[in-house]
Amino acid sequence: MPTKTDKAIVDSLVRNEIGYITSVPCKQLAGVIELVEANESIFHIPSNKEDEGMGLCAGAYLGGTRSAIIMQNTALGVAINSLVTLIQFYHIPLPMLISYRGEVGEKVACQVEMAIHTKPLLKQLNIPYYHFYNSDQVATLDGILQHSQMCKKPVAILTDASFWSSAS
Amino acid sequence: MIRYDILKEIVPILKDRLVVCNIGSPSQELYQLFDQPSNFYMLGTMGLCSSIGLGLAQVQDQTVIAIDGDGSVLTNLATLSTIANNPADNFILLIIDNGSYGSTGDQPTYAGMATSLTEVALACGCKNVVECSAKETSTELAKAISSEQMTIIISKCQPGNVDVSVIDEDPVYIANRFSNCIKELRS
Repeated sequence: MPTKTDKAIVDSLVRNEIGYITSVPCKQLAGVIELVEANESIFHIPSNKEDEGMGLCAGAYLGGTRSAIIMQNTALGVAINSLVTLIQFYHIPLPMLISYRGEVGEKVACQVEMAIHTKPLLKQLNIPYYHFYNSDQVATLDGILQHSQMCKKPVAILTDASFWSSAS
Repeated sequence: MIRYDILKEIVPILKDRLVVCNIGSPSQELYQLFDQPSNFYMLGTMGLCSSIGLGLAQVQDQTVIAIDGDGSVLTNLATLSTIANNPADNFILLIIDNGSYGSTGDQPTYAGMATSLTEVALACGCKNVVECSAKETSTELAKAISSEQMTIIISKCQPGNVDVSVIDEDPVYIANRFSNCIKELRS
C-alpha cells in the first residue's frame, strides 16, 4: 500500500512535469513505483538495467519530455559510463530517485559495501546529491527537480532506511 | 556489401526522418554521407542506441529509425525484451549485423557465430522481425516505415569500415539541433 510519503514524491514529480519514468525495482521504492505506474500523466517503462534506463530517459528528453529514473544505489557502478558519456556529455537533466541501501537500519550486509562508495562516487562524478533521512525532506523535492532541469545535470536523491521508516 | 554501402543506399529514406545512430564507425560514416539536423549521433555509450531510439519514439509521433549494430545490441541484449514489451509503432530498429566489432578493429561478435539476433528478438517477444540481406535493406526499411508497425530489421552484411574521420561536433550542439528539429516537427 503506497504511503503519504510515496504520494508526496509522485505528486512532486507530476508537478514538475516529469512525464517519462523508468524504474529498476527496490522494495523501499515499491509504493512509489506502484503510483508512477498508475499515474496517467507519466509514461512508466521498467528497465532491465540502469544504463539501459538512462538511454530511454535520454531519448525521451531529446523528444521533449522530462524524464527520471528510479533505481538502487547499488547500480551506480553499472551506470557510470552512461551517466558520464551520455547524460553529462549531452547536458541531459536526469533526476535519479535512489533507494540508498546499506545505510543505518539495513539488514543485508552486502548492501553496505556499495553504500560506502555511493557518496564518494557521486562526488567524483560531480553529481549533486541530496540525502533524505527524514520523510519531512520530501518538501524539498520540488526544488531539487527544478534545479536538475535548470542546470541540465543528473541529480541524485538518496532515500535511506530512516527516511522510509519515518514515512507515513 | 559493407555497412557503408547500406547507409549509402538508405540515405534517401533517412532524409527528414528522426535517426539515432550507433557509436563509432556507423555515426562517423553517416555523418560523412548525409548529415542533417534530425540525425542524433552517439559519441559514446556503447549499447544504448536502441534504448535512446525507443525512449524518443514513446514520447512523440514521428517515426524514429535507430541504426544499431550487432555488437552494440549484444552489449545491451535485454533491450530487445524492453522493446518487445513496450511496442511503439513509430519505432524501427535497424540492426546492421556484420558479425563484427567494426569500430575496434573488426573482432568477431557472437552474432556472426552461433547466436542469431533474429531468434533472440523473436524469443524476447518482438513482432515484425525481419532478417534480410544487405541489398534488401532499403526495401525492407521503406516497407517497415509504411507499415506503421514497430519493426526490427536485422540486415546481414560483410564486416568492414571506410576511412572516415571522427565527428568533431559538440555533443550539446548535436543534442540541441536534434531536439529543436523535433520541436519544429511538432509545431
